[in-house]
Amino acid sequence: MKGRIAYFGVFTALALIFSYVETLIPISFGTPGVKLGLANLIIVIALYRLKLKEAYLLSVTRVLLSGFLFGNYFSIAYSIAGGIVSLSVMALLKKWGGFSVAGISIAGGVSHNIGQLFVAMLVVETYQVTYYLPVLLMAGLLTGALIGIVSGETLKRLPDFKF
Amino acid sequence: MKFNLQELQKRDWVLIAVIICVTALALFLHEYIGGKGAGCATVKVKGEIEGVYSLAKDQSIEINGGTNVLKIRNGSADMTEADCPDKLCVNQKAISKNGESIICLPNKVVVTIESSEDSVFDAVAQ
Repeated sequence: MKGRIAYFGVFTALALIFSYVETLIPISFGTPGVKLGLANLIIVIALYRLKLKEAYLLSVTRVLLSGFLFGNYFSIAYSIAGGIVSLSVMALLKKWGGFSVAGISIAGGVSHNIGQLFVAMLVVETYQVTYYLPVLLMAGLLTGALIGIVSGETLKRLPDFKF
Repeated sequence: MKFNLQELQKRDWVLIAVIICVTALALFLHEYIGGKGAGCATVKVKGEIEGVYSLAKDQSIEINGGTNVLKIRNGSADMTEADCPDKLCVNQKAISKNGESIICLPNKVVVTIESSEDSVFDAVAQ
């Protein structure tokens, strides 16, 4: 049990560090909400190596901590919605089976952006934001694939990690 | 580190295909709805509205009984003819964005672009 808590702490720290590294990347993609999603790397690995409940806890903890440290209340609201939708879709598809890690991650990236867009619609109270939908979908596909490939390789190299 | 595409499963490809299709559909819908929701050009002569014309439809409009001609093409409005001496309005570039205007002072003609969204707010504000 102690080991579990320690591992959970390490996962949280890693996710937080990746969120921080993300804020250091100066690339702007021109559309609000489009970013690499480095922290999702840890979430994907957690999905495969931790219990689902713990993955959810990790996701929410990560969003709250990084939101308070590097973001603002609005970014927390967007990220929580995106994070939970994304993790739920990934967990469902993983349970369904037949997907590689990259596929799961793509689904996660895309659904993350869709979740955020829904919150944006509620906040702005307009449907004009659907203008962003194609951009966000393609961005989710690309970043999700990238993150998925990296997490797949990482998972391969951490074979005995399951606990 | 090497990643070969063969690691992708069949369902991965289906997923990718679905996402690309939805993106294309969203783009198409946006273009379609965006065309209908395009702005309109309000033509005022001596402060009174003579007509409101959609920018989505290409057309040529005679204003003020023919003193000025406004052409709408590819979503923007351009004054192409005027009988005034200086032709400032004719020389002005075509307008398409919300709030832009072409003004012909001698004939007291004002063409303003309004998006349908904003005009609702204007009515409330007035």
